[in-house]
Amino acid sequence: MPDTLSLSQSQPQQHAFNPYTENGGTILAIAGADFSVIAGDTRQSEGYNIQTRYAPKVFRLTDKAVLAVNGFAADGNMFVKKVRQRLEWYRHAHAKDMPIRAIARLIQTMLYSRRFFPYYVYNILGGIEEDGTGAVYSFDPVGSYEREACRAAGAAQSLVQPFLDNQIYFKNQTPAPGTSFPRHLPLSTVLSLVIDSFTSATERHIEVGDGLEIYVVLAKNSPSIQGLRDVRGVSELTSTDDGERVFVVRRELKKD
Amino acid sequence: MAQPSVYRSAGFDFSNQIRNNFLAEKGLPLPKATSTGTTIVGCLFKDGIVLGADTRATEGDIVADKNCEKIHYITESIRCCGAGTAADTEFTTALISSNMELHSLQGGRKPRVVTAMTMLKQMLFRYQGQIGAALVLGGVDSTGPHLFTIHPHGSTDKLPYVTMGSGSLAAMAVFEDGWKANMERQEALDLIIAAISAGIFNDLGSGSNVDACIITADHTEMLRNIEMPNQRVQKERDYKFRRGTTAWTKEDVRKLIVEEQITTLTTGDEMDTS
Amino acid sequence: MSIMQYNGGSVIAMVGKDCVAIASDLRLGSQALGISSNFQRVFPITDRIYLGLPGLATDVTTLRERFRLRVNMYTIKEEREIEPEAFAHLVSSTLYEHRFGPYFIEPVIAGLSKTPTGGIKPFIAATDLIGCINFAKDFVVAGTASAKLFGVAEGLWEPDMEAEDLFETISQTLLNAVDRDAFSGWGAVVHVITKDKVITRKLKARMD
Repeated sequence: MPDTLSLSQSQPQQHAFNPYTENGGTILAIAGADFSVIAGDTRQSEGYNIQTRYAPKVFRLTDKAVLAVNGFAADGNMFVKKVRQRLEWYRHAHAKDMPIRAIARLIQTMLYSRRFFPYYVYNILGGIEEDGTGAVYSFDPVGSYEREACRAAGAAQSLVQPFLDNQIYFKNQTPAPGTSFPRHLPLSTVLSLVIDSFTSATERHIEVGDGLEIYVVLAKNSPSIQGLRDVRGVSELTSTDDGERVFVVRRELKKD
Repeated sequence: MAQPSVYRSAGFDFSNQIRNNFLAEKGLPLPKATSTGTTIVGCLFKDGIVLGADTRATEGDIVADKNCEKIHYITESIRCCGAGTAADTEFTTALISSNMELHSLQGGRKPRVVTAMTMLKQMLFRYQGQIGAALVLGGVDSTGPHLFTIHPHGSTDKLPYVTMGSGSLAAMAVFEDGWKANMERQEALDLIIAAISAGIFNDLGSGSNVDACIITADHTEMLRNIEMPNQRVQKERDYKFRRGTTAWTKEDVRKLIVEEQITTLTTGDEMDTS
Repeated sequence: MSIMQYNGGSVIAMVGKDCVAIASDLRLGSQALGISSNFQRVFPITDRIYLGLPGLATDVTTLRERFRLRVNMYTIKEEREIEPEAFAHLVSSTLYEHRFGPYFIEPVIAGLSKTPTGGIKPFIAATDLIGCINFAKDFVVAGTASAKLFGVAEGLWEPDMEAEDLFETISQTLLNAVDRDAFSGWGAVVHVITKDKVITRKLKARMD
C-alpha cells in the first residue's frame, strides 16, 4: 500500500482537455466508367447515445464533385464549409467550377496545413473527371490521398471494404472458363451493392443505421441515367442545364 | 502441476494466473471479456411480475449475437435478467438455479425469491465485483410477488419497477412516465415492451427483439421474441457464387459411410447349421 | 496490442442445407513477423464435429489436448459419441472454469447433430474467451479478422445452400476478410461436413 499513498499524495496529476470526439457512421464511394456513387449513413452518435438520426455526411460541392466526410462531426462540417468557400472563390476568379483533380489537391493542402492540429476526419471525394470518367479520391486526416475505384471509410470500414474488394474488384474469384470480369460495373449493380453494404453494416455495427443517402454524379450525356430510371426515392440536385448531373437517393436503415 | 487433470475440484481454476500476469507485465494487456450493453427491466403488476429484455450481444461496437436470450431460468416461478459480462450472467444464474433446485428439494417446499436473491448477492459479494453480473430478479412465491436488482458488488434493491444495463435510463424514462400501481396483465406487458423498445431504439448497446416473461402465482409464461421490430430487409442482389469460383490446391474427402461389398465365396453346399 | 492478436489467425463457421462448413487461415505469427504458413487451428473432435481454436497458439495446443481428453472421457463414460450441443457446453464450462486466468482462445464449433427422428441438423456455435456461448442460425466468426468476417459474411451468406455452394461462400468470405487483416492469411483450409462425408480443401490464397 505505500505505493498508492505516495501516488495519491505527492504525485502531480495532469488533466488534459481532449478536443476530439468520434461520431460514428460510415461512408463509401465507388467509381464507374462515366459515373460516381458516393454514399453515407445519417446517424450521428457519441458513445452509446444517438445525437441525431439525420446528420448528412455527404455534400454536393459542385455539379461534378461530391464530398463525404466521416470522423469528428464538428471538424467535418467545418471542413466542408471551408472547402466550399475556397470553391466559391475559385468560381469568382475563373468563372467556372474547379475540376475534381484540383479539388483533390486543394483538400490535400487544406488538410496538411493543419498537420499538427488535424481535422479529425476521413474524406472521400467522388465525381467526374474532366475527361468524363468517374473518379473517387480518398484521404487520410492529414492529406495523404489516392485516386481509386472504390473506398469505404469510418466506423464500419473494416466490415464493408473486404466485401467491396470481392464484389467490385472480384478479388479471390476466378472467372468461368473463356470469360473475364468487367472492369467497370453498371450503375444499377453499383447502387445495389452500396445498399447491401449499408444494410449489412447496419446489422453488425452498432454505430451504423437510421438513414442512407446515396449521391450519384453522372457525366455529361451519360447513358448510365438508365440505371436511375426505376430507383425508388431519387431526386435531382443539378444546378446547371448542360453538364454533369447530380442525383440523391434516400433510403431508410434500421434504427436499433 | 502434478495433479492429475482427470479429477478436478469444483469451482474456478487459477492455474493460468501466474502465466497471464507474466504476460501482462511483458506489456501485453489482458483482453477484456465480452461485455454486453443491454436493456433489462422488470415491473410489478396486480397478479405478479413482468420481466423484459432486449436480445443484442455486443463485442465492443460489433454485434456478436442478434438474438440471444437474456431472461434466465432460476426456478419455474423465478426468473432472472442479466446484464454485464455475458459469461458471468449466464453461469451465475445457472449455478444459482441449480442450487435453488437442490434447496427446494431438501426443504420440500416451493423456493422463494429472497432465497435466490440472497444466494446471488452472497456469491457476487464474495467475488468483490470481479464477477461482472448486473441482474434483475423477479418471481412469485408463497409470500407474494417480489422484484429485485442485484449489482455486481452484491448490493440489492427491492422496488416496484426496475431497469438495468446501458439502456436503463431510456427504459426508466418510460417507467417513470407510465407506471401505475396495480396494473392489469396486458397493461404491464405493454409497458415492458415500450420500456425495452426505448432501450432498443435509443441505446446503441441494445437492439433487435423484445423478450418478455410474465410470472403469476400459478403460471409462468415466457414470451420469447414477443416483438421483432428489426428484421433485415430483403437484399438487393443474389450473392451465390458460380461453382468453381474459388481456386483450391488440395482436396481430401473422408467418407463417413463405409462402403462394403459382400462376395459369396462358397459355390457348393451351404454349411450345415441345423 | 493484446495477447489475442499476438499469433494472429481467424476462424469462421457457416450453416447450409443439411451441411455445415468451418474454415480458417493457416498463419502463425509472432506479432507482425510470420512464423508458419501451415499452422492448423481447426481439429476434428468426432466424425461430425470440428472445432476451430483461434487465439494464442500455446493455448491452441493446450486446449486441443484438453478437449481430446475430455471428449475421450465422455465417450468412455457415456458409451456414445458426444453431440455438438453437449460439446459446446463442455467447451464453455472448460473455459469458464478459468474465468480468472483465462485461456486466450475464442472457440468456434461446427457439426451435425442427430435429431430424435433419425435425421441430422446443422449446428454451429462460438464462445468468447471465458465461455459465453453464441448459438447462431447463420454464421459465427472469431479471431483477429472477426470484424471483417462479420461484414463479408453478412453480405454473402444466404439460407439453405447446398454443400458445394456453401464451400464457395465460406471460402470467399474467409479469403476476402483475411486479405484485409495483417495478422491472418498465409493460406486457408475449409472443411465441409455433410451427412455422408467431410470434404477438406486447401485454398489457393494470397501469401503476402
